[in-house]
Amino acid sequence: MEFDPMKPIWAQVARQLKQQIVSGALAPGSKLPGGRDLALQYGINPNTAARIYQELEREGVCATRRGMGTYITEDEEKIRSLRESMIREALERFLSDLAGLGIRREEALVRLQKEEGKA
Amino acid sequence: MITSKNLTKTFGSKRAVDGVSMVLEKGHIYAMLGPNGSGKTTWMKMAAGLMKPTGGEILFNGEPVGVESRKHVAYMSTEPYFYTWMTVADAGKYYADFFEDFSMEKYEELLRRMELEGSMKTRSLSSGMAAKLKIAVTMARDAQVCMLDEPFNGIDLLARDEIRACILQEASPEKLLILSSHLVEEMEAIADRAIFIREGKLVEVRDLEEMRDLDGVSMADRYRAIYGHVEGV
Repeated sequence: MEFDPMKPIWAQVARQLKQQIVSGALAPGSKLPGGRDLALQYGINPNTAARIYQELEREGVCATRRGMGTYITEDEEKIRSLRESMIREALERFLSDLAGLGIRREEALVRLQKEEGKA
Repeated sequence: MITSKNLTKTFGSKRAVDGVSMVLEKGHIYAMLGPNGSGKTTWMKMAAGLMKPTGGEILFNGEPVGVESRKHVAYMSTEPYFYTWMTVADAGKYYADFFEDFSMEKYEELLRRMELEGSMKTRSLSSGMAAKLKIAVTMARDAQVCMLDEPFNGIDLLARDEIRACILQEASPEKLLILSSHLVEEMEAIADRAIFIREGKLVEVRDLEEMRDLDGVSMADRYRAIYGHVEGV
């Protein structure tokens, strides 16, 4: 994974993990690698890896079971709401990029439909 | 774990290290940064117990660095290391004789990762292979402190990934790792703290994730901001 070194690395990896949870690539209830293994897998500092799990736990996306490791939540409602908020974020980014080009929301919709028609 | 108190080293009239005070804690990987001649190597040599301070103090777990601390501090210098008659396997035995914490098993594992063979003659190694061998003999020790001076020098892009992986493998809550390199980008993700040194003086020690979060800058950006105006950089 390529990092943007100007932004916190923990947030970039946490985001990728959340994407994998939302897309189903990481199944609900499945076990995540230990902090050390996560660090090796992503080539990041172990303290950064620990921070990632702390944040995911704080958001209720993961839970650590003492002596067992970190697991993805089985709470389907939690995953649905994570999915919703990530979709909303992606749409906001998309609309704000177009706004930067002077394209308003209504026009953005028309353009999107046109692109969709081509595909 | 290592405390540098007003540490100073002069060579004639030149102050190579000039009143450096800082506390380096276990459980972290520090990137030590600064242009050539800023005093990084001199500081490391004093921390390794290979050079005596002119002034101030350097402590390991509260005691002055010396014979005892050398048992727990592994240091890789930038200078070449090996006798020409040695094979890669001989180099391992040589180090094993010197250091109680040297693990032959770990050495062999590191050789495998670095794609080095025990039968290779050290004098016929390419500069990149010799650089990797230096890392292997240093990291085969189970030392509480591991200092690597320019671990990426002379090492090609692909092998650098392997070296980063070995460094991360070595990291633990009980160990202190210090890396010095001009290749700042190579250390961006593996280090969590950076020590900036300019003309022998400490500029600052920063937590990298906090710096990215609060200032929106990378370690390389901060490096440019600190040293950018220095002549010859």
